[in-house]
Amino acid sequence: MNSLIIAARELRNLFLSPLAWTILGVTQLILAYMFLTQIDYYLMLQPKLVGLPGAPGVTDLVVAPLFGNSAVILLLITPLLTMRTISDERRNKTISLLFSAPISLTDIVLGKFLAIFVFLLIILLSITLMPLSLLTIGELDMGKFFACLLAMSLLMAAFNALGLYMSAIASQPTVAAVGSFGALLLLWIIDWAGTNSGHSSSVIEYLSIMRHFENLLRGLVNSTDIAYFILFIAGFLILSIRRLDNDRLQK
Amino acid sequence: MACTHTMSTLIEINNLTRQFGDHCAVDDVSFSLNKGEVLGFLGPNGAGKSTTMKMICGNLTPTVGEIKINGYDMLEQPKLAKAELGFLPEIPPVYPDLTVDEFLGYCAKLHGLRKNSVKKAVTRGKLKCGLTDMGQRLIGNLSKGYQQRVGIAQAILHNPSVIILDEPTVGLDPIQILEIRELIRELGNEHSVILSTHILPEVQQSCSRVQIIHHGKLVLNESIEGLSQRMKSTRLTVRFHEHPDEDALKNLADVTGLEKLGQGKYRVHHHQDTPVSDTVARLAVTNNWGLLELTPEKHDLEHIFLSTTQQSTINE
Repeated sequence: MNSLIIAARELRNLFLSPLAWTILGVTQLILAYMFLTQIDYYLMLQPKLVGLPGAPGVTDLVVAPLFGNSAVILLLITPLLTMRTISDERRNKTISLLFSAPISLTDIVLGKFLAIFVFLLIILLSITLMPLSLLTIGELDMGKFFACLLAMSLLMAAFNALGLYMSAIASQPTVAAVGSFGALLLLWIIDWAGTNSGHSSSVIEYLSIMRHFENLLRGLVNSTDIAYFILFIAGFLILSIRRLDNDRLQK
Repeated sequence: MACTHTMSTLIEINNLTRQFGDHCAVDDVSFSLNKGEVLGFLGPNGAGKSTTMKMICGNLTPTVGEIKINGYDMLEQPKLAKAELGFLPEIPPVYPDLTVDEFLGYCAKLHGLRKNSVKKAVTRGKLKCGLTDMGQRLIGNLSKGYQQRVGIAQAILHNPSVIILDEPTVGLDPIQILEIRELIRELGNEHSVILSTHILPEVQQSCSRVQIIHHGKLVLNESIEGLSQRMKSTRLTVRFHEHPDEDALKNLADVTGLEKLGQGKYRVHHHQDTPVSDTVARLAVTNNWGLLELTPEKHDLEHIFLSTTQQSTINE
């Protein structure tokens, strides 16, 4: 309940700044362009695919790549959204308002998390409208489509949790943004080394966000990948709470 | 100090200590505050005022010690304890992007006020702090003084039993300062108020009790009556070359007491409005005590403040 109050204020503040609107506009513009090129590509391939048994459909060739591309864009914009959440409050000393109110640290962190997550879901909704428009002229593989939505929501929550943690440890918003962008990019590409040389370590493969995300995007909803995301999100949220508690314990 | 468990004790602080690394910011501070008292918290810069206030409000965990707000322990029942608190930190915690109404509404909700009472609380808070016409204004566009008022409104919004204000009159113009002092006095009737300040007259005007903190230690804890008693009782410092007859000095008319300060130095206490410097000087000359110094001590709060803080520096 308390976290909802914080989330509502946070979300309102987000929309009061031009940042949120700019992000919504720019994301939509770039993804719409990508969506169109993907459709063109599909139309070019379509005649060749016709007679083939088990050929990839529009969901595989248009929808999944669209969400794949939006994941990369999210990698760039989530740090910008999360960077202010805690470090700005600390800088402007408004954090003491939260510390002196009868609410727990968990409420504070969850409130911030929810606010950004709701905003990310708004982005997801506007992206989803594009593949949904295809329903007017054809059919989508709904199973795969929902797997893509699940993949996106989990990915957004994971990016969000990591960004929040970076904002909790950084003293300046920009530092938080650079930190979370670096960490996310590293986790995204961490399995490249293994893939290139041919003998990859399973630990590094497990750490890579991309691997888990791509499994879900292909429609393979398996518990290992979902567990990875849930652990990732919960882990960084708990770390953020601990870090916030450190403000009061500071030695 | 004795801490009695009565119904009206709203704040109880026991052996509060805070260490930052090797530096001890607050050292073994204990006090209690009853309902209806306004406590002035004085001290030079870096004395530990803000640290103490932050600890009382749960923004900082004490290294050692116990904080009880209206009977609730800050460390064990933080939610219940904080519900009884209103805090204005040194820098008012306001969001520049929100309007005054939005911000105060948010604060009221954070403090657990129900939806229908939020609006009432906001209206009341604005009225008390002179913000009635400012509801629709963005906080970022308000002057420092008005932002400070928003900060105070935020602290009293949920009608807490304890209000803690860290330098509430900083940045206000003289008229606003008078208004805020009036407000603090008014708040003191229903709540307990702790007020930290550098401005000494402010304490005399709005507080019922005064504490001076220096190098993290409480060096003075006195009611305003006791303080004005101290300020009234004029004293005389005298220094003699020879050893004087102490009884003769004590028995002088209007002299109420004699304090030996060492090295031939004495402090003579006497009734108010009856200066005894004349008689003391005559006595000294007649008896050949070798009068070296004779200074009437004048006392105001400033003097008490300086002498207590300097004394504690020497003692260290």
